[in-house]
Amino acid sequence: MLWIAVAFLGAWALGVLAISRGEDRPSALWFVVAAVCVYSLGYRFYSRFIGERVLELDDSRITPAVRLNNGRDYVPTQKWITFGHHFAAIAGPGPLVGPVLAAQFGYLPSTIWIIIGAVLGGCVQDFVILGYSLKRDGRSLGRMASDEIGPVAGFTALVGVLTIMVILIAVLGLVVVNAMKHSAWATSTVAATVPIAMIVGIYMTHLRPGRFVEGSALGVALIGLAVFGGRYVEGWSIGHYFVMEAPGLAVWIIGYGFLASVLPIWLLLAPRDYLSAFIKIGTIVALALGIVAMHPPALMPPLTQFTNGLGPVFGGKVFPFAFITVACGAISGFHSLIASGTTPKMLEHERDARLIGYGAMLMESFVAVMAMIAAVMLQPGVYFAINSPAGIVGTGPAAADKITSWGYPVTDAHMQELAADVGESSLYARTGGAPSLAVGMAHIFAGSLGGKAVMALWYHFAIMFEALFILTILDAGTRVARFMLQDALGHIYKPLGRTSWYPSILVTSALIVAAWGYFLWQGVKDPLGGINSLWPLFGIANQLLATVALCLATTIIIKMHRTKYAAVTLVPLAWLVAVTFTASWYKIFDPNPRVGFLAQAQALAAAPATSATARLIFNNRLDAAVNAVLVVMVALVLVESLRQWMGILSGAKAARVQESPFVRTRLVEEQG
Amino acid sequence: MKRARKTIRDFATTAVAALREIFDEAAYARFLDRAGVRSSREAYESFRREFEEAKVRRPKCC
Repeated sequence: MLWIAVAFLGAWALGVLAISRGEDRPSALWFVVAAVCVYSLGYRFYSRFIGERVLELDDSRITPAVRLNNGRDYVPTQKWITFGHHFAAIAGPGPLVGPVLAAQFGYLPSTIWIIIGAVLGGCVQDFVILGYSLKRDGRSLGRMASDEIGPVAGFTALVGVLTIMVILIAVLGLVVVNAMKHSAWATSTVAATVPIAMIVGIYMTHLRPGRFVEGSALGVALIGLAVFGGRYVEGWSIGHYFVMEAPGLAVWIIGYGFLASVLPIWLLLAPRDYLSAFIKIGTIVALALGIVAMHPPALMPPLTQFTNGLGPVFGGKVFPFAFITVACGAISGFHSLIASGTTPKMLEHERDARLIGYGAMLMESFVAVMAMIAAVMLQPGVYFAINSPAGIVGTGPAAADKITSWGYPVTDAHMQELAADVGESSLYARTGGAPSLAVGMAHIFAGSLGGKAVMALWYHFAIMFEALFILTILDAGTRVARFMLQDALGHIYKPLGRTSWYPSILVTSALIVAAWGYFLWQGVKDPLGGINSLWPLFGIANQLLATVALCLATTIIIKMHRTKYAAVTLVPLAWLVAVTFTASWYKIFDPNPRVGFLAQAQALAAAPATSATARLIFNNRLDAAVNAVLVVMVALVLVESLRQWMGILSGAKAARVQESPFVRTRLVEEQG
Repeated sequence: MKRARKTIRDFATTAVAALREIFDEAAYARFLDRAGVRSSREAYESFRREFEEAKVRRPKCC
């Protein structure tokens, strides 16, 4: 009876969101109610079904953490603690930035995708990969793909991961650049996080060894001071050094990435990671409370005219681009690396995989819903003024007039007042999603605590929060990618594979930083703002990795003769194949230069040449080539998987799974 | 009332334990146990040498 009521309430909330039109603006609470009800039903019924029927989770079977317990990699851990660990590893800036960008289509398509996509796609992927890794001694996605499908799948997973990292770091770097450009307050606050992380590193290493929570709390206090003090920096004699253009900031970020990769971990990477985790947990909880307390109305319409593909934030129709842009908030291939990395080596009981694999992704999806609320509670005119590149709408009064002519009224005076409220000189063309999200978050925080007088403080806190988050991904990602490259190069020349050999560290760090630095530079110099080309490329790469993960899961299901349950992974797989392949086709071949890379290159070639023309043409062709390579590789995995499935189903091939043998856990006997 | 207090206490214990795990304090404590040494700069150095290789290879998602 209770669950029927939950189902009705969820359907009602989704209905309210779907049919609200004109002045009838739904409250943010309807988003929350819709999400919570659908998540509850998904968790209670669907995840249980998957756990019992598809994965056949069995608490009497020993887990790798218990069997291989070595106190280091394999450590049996209480389920809620593992949940916290897993969530901290999967939740990055993607679910914050993606929904904000996708809000240009209106709130409806992306909200539905975030909620339904997570329940039927993202959570399923994380859960089944965790479950299967758990039954294979915690093996990685690449290894399982290689074992169960074939070597092409394993190789594709590796290339996919490297590509995603390079593009992801570049696009996130661009988001930070756009958030900090021309702002002494934002730049000085973000810059201050580097020495603060080093102080924390020294504190944890030399003063109070191992007191990580304590050291992080100290760092958070110092960061609070930096946010507060940042407002005065512009008035100082050195203040002008912090007012920077995008290219200058990009150079600093590239230099920072290199340093973070070669410096000792304890000095920068580890303390920054802890600081970021602290602030991430606190801010997300505060945002949730703020949304419930304020429950602002959604001012963005459910659908905008930009579903036609001509949106100013990025080009492309609602299908497939809404589903690409939302990225990690609904499904993320990258999660499958974590679900087959640290997490399966921590689970004490097999059935804990349900809470951790399925439940943590629901939580991440909820973060995406909150980001969506923060974006759509802004006046649509303000949202478009902040997120539209100057190359499309211009800037100042001309931009305001153009956006007003689309039916989203905004005045230059209002934009100036808003910029003054948040302590910025201008908010026009602050693309990338982070500034508009920061304005939305500042509204929510200020509405709940402090009012308009502290809007600027909250805005810069939000910018710092986003930047800290992003820089953590940037330095950790550079380092992981460097290790992967060292592993690969070690096969060619052994010393290059030694992770402690400094010449190898310098060469491989430089190669990885050059790879993402190139894309970052390309984005900074792109007249359309860079996000336009880089974010869809990242989204496509990430969802293509999810395709590999779902191919693997489907292959195992079929090999285990549970074909009747194959739809659990086949349906999201089919959807992802449709979305990613269509998006790739549009990004490469669409005749509209705002969408297609090749059309953009052609348009540039036909226009009067400038000093940048040749470079921009090359960049567009490079993006098209990267996209094409990714699609071809995933197509190969699909073909290899299909051959496996057909062979097994027709009886021509033996269904040999690479599962570890069943060992009964002693925990059951001890508890029984 | 007693039950509510117990629930709050359990929740707080789990939250603190999760924080200690996320922040690797628990990993350090396990290392000290395993090595049979007390916390010191030298012990922390050894822990770091052993632990960092694994830590930096952990991907963090977007």
